Amino acid sequence: MEILVCVKRVPDTAENEFELNSEGNDLDRDDLVYSVNEWDNYAVEEAIQIVDNLGGSITVVTVGDDEAEEVLRREMAMGANNGVLLCDDAFEGSDGKGIAAILKAEVEKGKYDLILTGAQADEGAGQVGGMLAAMLDYPYASLVNKIEPGDGKIKVGREIEGGNQEMNEIELPCVLSIQTGINEPRYVGIRGIRKVASVEIPVKGAGDLGVDAGSLGEAGAKTKRVDYFVPDLGDGAEMLEGSTDEIIEKLIEKLKAKGGL
Amino acid sequence: MSMIIAPANYLLFGFFPTVIFSFLLPVIGVGLFTYIMARRIAPLVRANPDYRLNNIPERIKNLIVVWLGQIRQPRYMQAGVLHIIIFAGFLILSIRSTSLVIEGLFDGFVFPGLDGGLGTVYNVLKDYAATAVLVACIIAAWRRGIKKPARYVVPEKYGHDHTAEAVFVLGIISTLMISESLFEASAAAYNYQAGGEAHFPALFSLAWIFSKTLQSAPLETLQGLHILMYYVHDLTFFFFLCFLPLGKHFHVITSIFNVFFMRVETGNIKPVKYGVSDEELDNLESFGVKHLEDFTWKHMLDFYSCADCGRCSDQCPANAAGRPLSPRFITIKARDLIFKNYPIKSGVIYKSGKLLVEDIYTEDEIWSCTTCGACEQECPLGIEYIDKMVDLRRGMVDEGMVPQSLQKPLKALEKRGNPYGKMEKKRADWAKEKDFAQTHTVKDLGKDTADTLYFVDSITSYDDNIQEIARRTSIILEKAGVDFGVLGKGEKDSGNEVIRFGEEMLYQELKARNTEAILESGVKQIVTADPHALNALKKDYTGLPPVKHISEVVAEKIESGALSMKPCKDRGNVYAYHDPCYLGRHNSIYESPRQALDAIAGLTRVELEKSRDRSFCCGGGGLMLFYEPEEETRMGVLRVNMAAEAGVNVIVTACPFCLVNIQDAIKVAGKEGEMEAVDFTELIEEHLA
Repeated sequence: MEILVCVKRVPDTAENEFELNSEGNDLDRDDLVYSVNEWDNYAVEEAIQIVDNLGGSITVVTVGDDEAEEVLRREMAMGANNGVLLCDDAFEGSDGKGIAAILKAEVEKGKYDLILTGAQADEGAGQVGGMLAAMLDYPYASLVNKIEPGDGKIKVGREIEGGNQEMNEIELPCVLSIQTGINEPRYVGIRGIRKVASVEIPVKGAGDLGVDAGSLGEAGAKTKRVDYFVPDLGDGAEMLEGSTDEIIEKLIEKLKAKGGL
Repeated sequence: MSMIIAPANYLLFGFFPTVIFSFLLPVIGVGLFTYIMARRIAPLVRANPDYRLNNIPERIKNLIVVWLGQIRQPRYMQAGVLHIIIFAGFLILSIRSTSLVIEGLFDGFVFPGLDGGLGTVYNVLKDYAATAVLVACIIAAWRRGIKKPARYVVPEKYGHDHTAEAVFVLGIISTLMISESLFEASAAAYNYQAGGEAHFPALFSLAWIFSKTLQSAPLETLQGLHILMYYVHDLTFFFFLCFLPLGKHFHVITSIFNVFFMRVETGNIKPVKYGVSDEELDNLESFGVKHLEDFTWKHMLDFYSCADCGRCSDQCPANAAGRPLSPRFITIKARDLIFKNYPIKSGVIYKSGKLLVEDIYTEDEIWSCTTCGACEQECPLGIEYIDKMVDLRRGMVDEGMVPQSLQKPLKALEKRGNPYGKMEKKRADWAKEKDFAQTHTVKDLGKDTADTLYFVDSITSYDDNIQEIARRTSIILEKAGVDFGVLGKGEKDSGNEVIRFGEEMLYQELKARNTEAILESGVKQIVTADPHALNALKKDYTGLPPVKHISEVVAEKIESGALSMKPCKDRGNVYAYHDPCYLGRHNSIYESPRQALDAIAGLTRVELEKSRDRSFCCGGGGLMLFYEPEEETRMGVLRVNMAAEAGVNVIVTACPFCLVNIQDAIKVAGKEGEMEAVDFTELIEEHLA
């Protein structure tokens, strides 16, 4: 099975302290460390397991700048066979639809049976997978937590509220957005990354993909971020401050005062 | 009347010379033994290299003390004394047994040198040796068969019980002792009757008792017994020789080699592959132990040498806490696999396609080890475990088999240089705490210079509760007049657990960055309050200035008068010092912390039963804090209970991880209020005069 996995480079939520920048329109990105979006890791792991069982190959693709190459290498160290970096100044500032359009162009260059995305990204809105499927006119299943590959068709499952499991049959080719917990992604160490350090990763721009640069990027975006802020504290909300011990102490006091303890 | 006829001259049924047996038995026995040994050596030849010819004087010392002197045996007194008797008996009787084999061919053969007075002394000695060995065997058989100490039990998941084999071998040894004594006794009785020669075995020895019993037996009976017992002994001797390499009694042969080649340094980790430098690691196809032949030959020799005594597992904290790890079975399972893959009966070599961690071990089993070293400290045969665990983990890391609970801290270490994923620039924020910052400043060696580097390491830098250790250490150093500073954001995690959890390349990177920062700072010595950092800098890194633990500095400064201690503030407390594994067993620092504590007048300190090199690991440090083990109880809780039983209400430790584990364990054990844990630096700083 030929599988394409769309991945994204995001600021790592576990290893950063997020603060707004001075302009108040984005995160303060100095000192941030980035990694592969967590959901995408599960998607790549799932692709590896499918290929281990059925054969085929895996391509990982991302839309991003030069630095996004690092996440492709990490996923290749994990076991993806090829990487493609979609990078062009014209892509910068694209909204979800723009990203989906760029990915669509790349999908059409290849012959993929299965396209996987993460269910959402740490910084994102969870919209690219669905839009990509629609643009390709492929069937789409979201929040997939189980895949049973078959011939021409596959079965996919998702968890329903209350812990129930639903299974659906879906025709290939299709797009699936993968939920965390579908598997246990394998570990990628520095050694693995070094092994693929010299593998060439093709970089494709708007021209290579044959997409109209004008409809992409900031100019082409139909949704625009207009503000970015930490919400004001609402009624009844209070941030406890101090060291961990102090916070705990204050919390206990409050719980006691309200009769919670 | 003539004397008794020796096996070399005897004619069976009056015509068949028994000397033919005397010739055939050794030829067949030695031939078979050679073949078996060749099969046993086959996997060692295919194994990975291992450099074991360094530090020869230390190795000879081990041979004398650990092998010949059996120094580790009395750590388990009853079994130990029995073993020493049997071992000493074997050494003495090996000469007799060899000489007997030759005597069967040449009547009256005596080893040169043993024909005079020395021979007489030797004969007395060997008569008593045989007697003592028989008595020891009977007691040992009673222990194995009837008393059944818990440490010999084989849990169901690890296969069948080993008592039968143990008792069978005791039977063989007893047969050797009895047949040799009867051989001797029958001749003595015969010759006494025939010629009045009163050459009796040593008084009250087994042979003496037999000869007295047989004194008036018919001559034919004695002659028959003499010949029969000779061949019973000969046959048993060669059977035993060939039986040894088939099971746990292989140690009779391998122990001398295993002890000679045993670990001579503590605290260090073997290289990924001997002969491959750190710079060449990238060229290696595969890392660590994935299949049987990836073990080094010494590690395979370890598997052969295990006597199945169970001392390692009896001391193993992971085993005690009910984790799926019992070091004894790490060895036994590997030995069983070698026996299966290199069968004696055919010359075939089988190879399993599965990884060892999918075949004979489980992933959790290998991650369960805290590398505390209690097993290695105990093993009378010098069998190693830590390097095997690390090698197996290197293999798992290479295959991507790392539990999710460990992946996050490993990634954080890669990105931020600490397992918590905290910002590098906040590494020295512990020094900004209000009260501390008002009266103390700590130099940043990124900008400043000093004689001494205080290497803080990650947990002490970032953990809210543990940061206190950093502040107390700084105050102690300041008071002692030490000119010191810290690396601040230039410091990375020491990586002590990174290498031990098998992430070699990440460790290499941390080491390179720390080494560069330390050398650039120009310090002349390093001090740390974290034994794991101490161990990494001292035993894993190379080319650094000398490294000391804060307890060593305190003990020295008290000695020199630079520091003096006030009398104990809480006279009602009973203190016990808990030896951290990486301070004690791995770095032999036992006395300094005790000396420092004892310098506090009026402080009541008791020793826990498990202390010093038998200290009980509290649960492990570094990445082990993130690992979510399967276990019945926490190691820390077991430790806290030991302290409670000793009547202790303050556990003093000298390691940040011990402090975290023991503090948590006190809560889990429900002993909050009755008992507390304090760090060495806290207690010392509070008592600085």
